[in-house]
Amino acid sequence: MKLTLRVWRQKNRDDKGGFETYQLSNVDEHASFLEMFDVLNDQLINEGKLPVAFDHDCREGICGTCSMVINGRPHGPMSTTTTCQLHMRHFKDGDTITVEPWRAKGFPVLRDLVTDRSAFDRIIAAGGFISVNTGQSPDANAILVEKEKSDLAFEAAACIGCGACVAACKNSSAMLFVGAKVSHLALLPQGEPERGQRVLNMVKQMDLEGFGSCTNTLACEAECPKGISAMNIARLNREYLWASLTENK
Amino acid sequence: MALDAKIPAGPLENKWTNYRSTVKLVSPANKRKLDVIVVGTGLAGASAAASLAELGYNVKAFCFQDSARRAHSIAAQGGINAAKNYRNDGDSIYRLFYDTIKGGDYRAREANVYRLAEASVSIIDQCVAQGVPFAREYGGLLDNRSFGGVQVSRTFYARGQTGQQLLIGAYQALERQVGLKNATLYTRHEMLEVVIKNGKAAGIIVRDLVTGEIQRHGAHAVVLATGGYGNVFFLSTNAMGCNTTAIWRAYKKGAYFGNPCFTQIHPTCLPQHGDYQSKLTLMSESLRNDGRVWVPKAKADKRKAADIPEAERDYYLERKYPSFGNLVPRDIASRAAKEVCDEGRGVGATGLAVFLDFADAIKRLGKEVVSARYGNLFEMYEKITGEDPYTTPMMIYPAVHYTMGGLWVDYNLMTTIPGLYATGECNFSDHGANRLGASALMQGLADGYFVLPYTIGEYLSGEILSGKIDTGSSEFAEAEAAVKQRLSAFVNNKGSKPVDYFHKQLGKVMWDDCGMARSRESLMRAATEIAKIKSAFWSDVRVPGSENELNQELEKACRVADFIELGQLMVQDALNREESCGGHFRTEYQTPEGEAMRRDDAFMYVSAYEFKGDDMPAELHKEELKYEVVHPTQRSYK
Repeated sequence: MKLTLRVWRQKNRDDKGGFETYQLSNVDEHASFLEMFDVLNDQLINEGKLPVAFDHDCREGICGTCSMVINGRPHGPMSTTTTCQLHMRHFKDGDTITVEPWRAKGFPVLRDLVTDRSAFDRIIAAGGFISVNTGQSPDANAILVEKEKSDLAFEAAACIGCGACVAACKNSSAMLFVGAKVSHLALLPQGEPERGQRVLNMVKQMDLEGFGSCTNTLACEAECPKGISAMNIARLNREYLWASLTENK
Repeated sequence: MALDAKIPAGPLENKWTNYRSTVKLVSPANKRKLDVIVVGTGLAGASAAASLAELGYNVKAFCFQDSARRAHSIAAQGGINAAKNYRNDGDSIYRLFYDTIKGGDYRAREANVYRLAEASVSIIDQCVAQGVPFAREYGGLLDNRSFGGVQVSRTFYARGQTGQQLLIGAYQALERQVGLKNATLYTRHEMLEVVIKNGKAAGIIVRDLVTGEIQRHGAHAVVLATGGYGNVFFLSTNAMGCNTTAIWRAYKKGAYFGNPCFTQIHPTCLPQHGDYQSKLTLMSESLRNDGRVWVPKAKADKRKAADIPEAERDYYLERKYPSFGNLVPRDIASRAAKEVCDEGRGVGATGLAVFLDFADAIKRLGKEVVSARYGNLFEMYEKITGEDPYTTPMMIYPAVHYTMGGLWVDYNLMTTIPGLYATGECNFSDHGANRLGASALMQGLADGYFVLPYTIGEYLSGEILSGKIDTGSSEFAEAEAAVKQRLSAFVNNKGSKPVDYFHKQLGKVMWDDCGMARSRESLMRAATEIAKIKSAFWSDVRVPGSENELNQELEKACRVADFIELGQLMVQDALNREESCGGHFRTEYQTPEGEAMRRDDAFMYVSAYEFKGDDMPAELHKEELKYEVVHPTQRSYK
C-alpha cells in the first residue's frame, strides 16, 4: 500500500508543534499500525531526519501504553481495539492518515505523540486502592463474593488506563477511568470501610488534575479499547453523592 | 569467589519457618533511616516496593514505562498457581514443589522452590484482600482450573487477564505508599549503572527519559526486579521495552550471571509473517486443551486445511506422546513443531507454522461452548491475522517467551554483590531449565511480598550505622561519567544504520543458532557472527538527536549494546552445557527417540558466570545442586 501520513511533531512540552507530511510506499496490509510507524521511522532515520517519538510497549493490546489519535479517533477507526492491535488491512491504498497525540489539558505533550499521563497515577495514589498491608489477609475463601458482582467488578477492572476516554471527550473528562476504578473496588466487600472516603479523594484529585466534567455524550465508551461501560460513570456519581452525604470529612 | 547459596540448615519443610524466626530484625525506629531502591515495577518490583514501604523503609522505585502499571507482567494471561487444595483433589505444598522441580528438569535449587510453594498459599490471600477480581463460583468461592504439566486444579485466574489484574493490585498497593509518602516513584527513568562502594551496592545512576538528565540515587540496598531478557532474540513475546541493561550492568560490576542459556520457547504463538514484524504474540496455552495440532503427512503440501483429508494428516503430538497428547509441556511441544517444519511439512506461506485445529472440538461441544471457553483468544487471533479460527484452523509456531537464566542469587535473593538483590524473572532461581505454566506470576509475587521483605532485613540490620549514602563520592562520579561517555559516544557516532538493523541481525543469529536447538557447530558459528555484529554496531550505528531530550533511539541503542554482549554469554553457556535439558536442547545429546538427554552426572549444577573484562571469556563457577528430597528421573510423556 501507498500512504500519506500527516503526523504531529512537537519537540518538547513548550514547543508549539505542527503537522508534517510523509509518504510511505510498500506498507504491508498485515502490519500493525505501530509496525507501519517503525517502517516510517526507519525511513526517517535513513533520510537523516528525527524519527517520530511514540509510546508503545506490549503490542498485545493490554499494557495501555500506545496512544495515538488516528483520523480524529483515539486508537483509530476500529471499536474495542488499541492502536497496536489495529492492522493496516483496515486502510485503503492511497489513504491519507492524520495522526496526533492524546489531546487533553490533563495529558501534556512531552514530544511528538508522547504525552504525560501521570495524572492517572496520582488519582490512584489519592485513593484508588484497598488499604491492606502485606501479610494481613484472611484466607482467600473467607471472603465470599457474589459471582455476578465479581464479574461486574472484573469488567470495570479491565480498564488498561490508556486515557483514550479522556482523549475522546470534548471536556477531557477522566470520569470513565475513575468510574471504572471506583466501581471495581466499590462492588467488592473488601475495602468497604474506606468506600466513601475513596471516591471523595479520587474525585478531588481528578478535579485538581484539570480533567473536565462528564456531560454524557458517551464518546468515552465508544472509543474505549476495552469496552468499559459508561454505567461505571453512573456508579461513580451515585457513590460520590452517597459519600458526600454520609462521610463526615 | 566460592558460591555460597546460604541454604538454611534443617529439614526442607522447616527451613523457611526457622529462617524467619531467627533472621536478624531491624527495629521500626531504624527502618526509617534506611533507603532502599527498587528498579522495575512489575509483579516482583511493585510488590517488593509496596511491602518494604509498609515496613517503614524509605523506598525509591524506578521504571522506564510512563506508569508503574504498564510493566510486562500485565501480559500474562493464564493464571497463578497456589497450593490451596480448594478442589480437595490432593494438592499440597509438597506437590506444587515437586511439580516445579520436575518441570524444571532438575536444575533448580530445592530450598528455593519449596519456599516458593509455601508462599504461594499467602499470595492468593493477599491478592484477594487487595480486590483482585479472581474468577468465582456461584457460591462465592474462588474458582480454579488446571494447567499444563500437573494433575490437580491449582491455578487461580481472572479470565484471560490474570497478570494484568495481579499487577494492578500490586501497583495500587505501591501507589498507596506513594500517596502516604513512604515511597517515591520515578517513572520514565531508566537505570544505566549500579554504583559499588566498599564492595557493596550503594546506589544507581539513572537517566530521566524525558529530559535526558543523568541522576545519582544512593541507597543502603538496591533491588533489581527488571524482568527477562528474551528480546535478545529481537522477536519474542516480550514487550518492546523489555531489556537486560539493569542486570547486565550489575553483571559487569561483579554480580554473577546464572544459567544464561536457559530460554523457554512457548509453543502456541502466532507465526512470523514479514520482515517488518516487531514482535510475536502469545496465545494462551489453554488452547491446547481442546485444539488438535497437526501438519500434512506429505512434504510441501500447500493445499488448504479443509482440502486435506483426515488420512493425509499427521496429528504428531498424539502420535508421538499418546498419554499426554496435545498437552505435553512447552519444551516438548515446541521441539516437535520445529521438527515437522524442518522436515518440510510446515504450513502457511513461510512453512514455519503448524495447524491448531478446533473442528473436532466444535463438532463435539458445539460452537457456543468453544466460544465460551476461548472466545476472546479467537477474536484476538482474527484481529491479528484476519482469519476466522472457527472455520479454518489457527496457525501457530513456537516463540521465545521467558528466560529462566538471570543474576545468580543466594537463598536471600542477594547477588554476589552485597546489598544488591534480584527478584522475579531477572534472577535465575526457582524454574530450573524450564518453567511450568502459571508459575512466573507466582514467583514474582512470592519474591516481592513474602521473601525479600524478610531476607533484606538480614543485610540492612548491618547498615544502620552507615548514615545517609553520599552520592557526591568518587564512586558515584565515576559511574556517572561512564554513563555520560557512553551516551555521547552513541549520538556522536554518525554511523549509517539504525539500531534495529543490528538488533534484528543479532536476533536472527540467536534464533537460528542458539534457539530451540543448538549444536557445538551452530554455537561456534554464532560466536563468530555475534563478534562481527558487535564491532559493526559500535562503528556504524546511527543514533539521531541528542542525549539531552526524549530520544527513543538512544534508549534502544543502550539496550541493544547490552543484548549483544549478553548474546555472547548465552552462547558461551550453551557451549559449556553438553547435555539437553528443559529449554536447552543440544542436538548432540538426545535419546534414540529424539528426546532430550540430561547428563546428571556431569551437569547437575547452576552455571554462574563472572565478568572478567570486555572481550574476555567469562569465568564459569558452579553451584552444585543437591537433591536431598526429590530423586531426579528422566522426564517421559510417552
